Amino acid sequence: MRNYLNIITAYSIMLFLIIIVGIFQSWSIALSILNYCLISAVMTMGANIQWGYAGLINFGIMGYTALGGLAVVLVSVAPVPEAWSAGGANMLISLFLIIALVFSIRLILKKYKNNKYKNYLIALTIILGIILIRIIASHGIEAIEAVNPAKTGFLGGLGMPVLFSWIVGALFAAGLAFVIGKIALGLRADYLAIATLLIAEIVVSIIKHEDWLARGVKNVIGLKRPVPYEINLQTSPWFINLIEKLNQGKLNLVSSFAEKKDLLNQLVIDASSVYVKLCMTGLFLTVVIILLIITQKALYSPWGRKMRAIRDNETAAGAMGKNVVKEHLLIFILGSAIVGLAGAMMVTNDGLFTPGSYRPMRYTFVIWVMVIVGGTGNNFGAILGGFVVWFLWVEAAPIALFLINFFTAHLDETNAIKAHLVESAPYFRFLMIGVGLLVIMRYRPKGLIPEKINIK
Amino acid sequence: MEFLNALVLLLNYTIIPAVTYGSQLALGAIFVTLIYGVLRFANFATGDMMSFGTMFAVLLTYYFQSIGIGIGILPTALITLPFAIIAMIFYMLFIDKFVFKYYRVSKSAPVQLAMVSVGVMFVTQAIIRIIIGPFDRRFMDGEKFILKASEFKEMTGLNEGLTIKSTQAITVVVTIVLVSILFWFLNKTKTGTSMRAYSDNEDLALLSGIDPKKIVMLTWIIAGCLATIGGVLYGLDKSYKPFVYFNNMLPIFAAAIVGGIGNPFGAFLGGYVIAFAEIFVTYAYKKFFTYLLPEFLEPDSLVQLLSTDYKFAVSFSILVIVLLFRPSGIFEGKKI
Repeated sequence: MRNYLNIITAYSIMLFLIIIVGIFQSWSIALSILNYCLISAVMTMGANIQWGYAGLINFGIMGYTALGGLAVVLVSVAPVPEAWSAGGANMLISLFLIIALVFSIRLILKKYKNNKYKNYLIALTIILGIILIRIIASHGIEAIEAVNPAKTGFLGGLGMPVLFSWIVGALFAAGLAFVIGKIALGLRADYLAIATLLIAEIVVSIIKHEDWLARGVKNVIGLKRPVPYEINLQTSPWFINLIEKLNQGKLNLVSSFAEKKDLLNQLVIDASSVYVKLCMTGLFLTVVIILLIITQKALYSPWGRKMRAIRDNETAAGAMGKNVVKEHLLIFILGSAIVGLAGAMMVTNDGLFTPGSYRPMRYTFVIWVMVIVGGTGNNFGAILGGFVVWFLWVEAAPIALFLINFFTAHLDETNAIKAHLVESAPYFRFLMIGVGLLVIMRYRPKGLIPEKINIK
Repeated sequence: MEFLNALVLLLNYTIIPAVTYGSQLALGAIFVTLIYGVLRFANFATGDMMSFGTMFAVLLTYYFQSIGIGIGILPTALITLPFAIIAMIFYMLFIDKFVFKYYRVSKSAPVQLAMVSVGVMFVTQAIIRIIIGPFDRRFMDGEKFILKASEFKEMTGLNEGLTIKSTQAITVVVTIVLVSILFWFLNKTKTGTSMRAYSDNEDLALLSGIDPKKIVMLTWIIAGCLATIGGVLYGLDKSYKPFVYFNNMLPIFAAAIVGGIGNPFGAFLGGYVIAFAEIFVTYAYKKFFTYLLPEFLEPDSLVQLLSTDYKFAVSFSILVIVLLFRPSGIFEGKKI
């Protein structure tokens, strides 16, 4: 029990902070912060598996998150039949050609292993293939994007339940991780970081600019939800009754019938948003708990020991007959799949897919700060890191505003410096996160909850 | 005539912009590569450090303009450059003393230093945004063009105009001067040689009596010059926006790695490789071919290999290809 004391304390403080937000700002804000904290926690768990278990540095988190989000669109949105009939065939042929291209390259690699013209042959195949694909696809793309461009202009998805897309998101991310892992895993740590970051940029720029796929920067809005809609709740009798019962005391204070009705209406509207967010929280919490159990089990299993051995001394682990390359690839894929899952969860939570918002700052570096701050190699630490850093990220602006007002209280309202500082309050979040990271790295390099391995 | 037209077209829309952009990238790439070679970590704060130096130049330019100091046809930013560089060097030495030094002395892994540089990136970005804000700013003044399209058309009688912006000329000239001085310094002077020795083999360099403190300080000073000048040139040519500078970090990294990280000359050429690739692959050659080909062969489409949206993606793909086939870069940098 004593071992877990600091973990319990840390989490209680975090919960307390969120409750404070609920009391002082609003419960709706508190819950949306909590939801994002949970999503961030899933992302950090993914990154922590790679960095904490195996020492792989992956700055491509942004790319996997975006792919997870793309999966939600491709799975849950209803298909657009006009677009399919207009250009679907062309796109399918192109897809088939891409697969054929990949297999022909593999064939060349296998068959002409020792041929010195091998590389030229591959380059030629790729160039010819791309030209062919572009010619075939361009007609399809034009036709698809011409179909009602204001509303659709893309192929649409499969129209399946949105929860299914979480799994698909994880699979997409795993597929990308397989490719990247094959290319880049042999590189030294900081090269790997740069390479993954740049590949993630490529992925995001493809999602951004291929409008036929998911409308690109035009965004997809109104995605399906696994939880009820506010508007349906507000008209369903059982919900109104529930709210009436819960707020009996408040309602009894009001005497006039019309006022009572107005108040009840207001309460129902507020409560519906809270209820929806609570449902989301439940779903996310389930995911986090399941993942936590699995990752904890893995950490203390023989496999986890093997990963730590590889992390701490690759050469020794290799000498003991462990296949370092294979294990690295495996853990790279697993971690990325979890990040993809988190990306899908995030888009589901928002209800919209905005490819333009995927930027390395928010989706790679902040997540990494979470991992480092929380504690590498410790799942409880990673989750806590997600909570703490996300909380700071959101609440930094209000805190900064409060501090600025506090320290410049003696200055006039029209004072130029004060006005400038108040205006730039949102940017203090970067300062807080940066200073936080530097301080943690200097004085607590193992994070808030350090890795503790006790084998029973 | 047709051929000359095609040539001028290509020169105007691809080669001149590519040389300019390449020079800007090259300065950044040498900055990255120097830090990597001597201090041994990938500096993720590159873009923001360039932005930080440029911010001083922008603010001083505004100040100079307000009190009426200028240098005629040249942009005012050029006289603010020395002050900006000094401010930048102070900032870098300050950061080194309070942040990087601890990890260097305790011989931390390069990854840890890279993570620390992420922290520096956050802090620098915050300071920039708090001081100057996230907005797009133009601080270019003085004469805008050296050669205007209409003048060129009159002069030569060609259909296609050739424009040379003064910023493009300034960029190229400044880059050539700066890079020549740098290579002279690295190859011919004693201090430069000791810097390269330190970069190649730290232990041996220490044994032969090279003072590591001096080397590290010198590296930051050179890096400060490169970062500020590169940033100001980019800002003069396009405009100054903190977010764009942060994003520029990525092609700069690509250039440094393509050229072989740790190798300044490679980084210099890498900048041009990336710039030319980006611009050549995303340029629409339709007009070019209409000049060259007979009428019945004229293309209908834009003859563009990739749309300009994929500008960044091109440089990153080159990086991936280089990493696959020559992981130490085109011009042999450090082993990975």
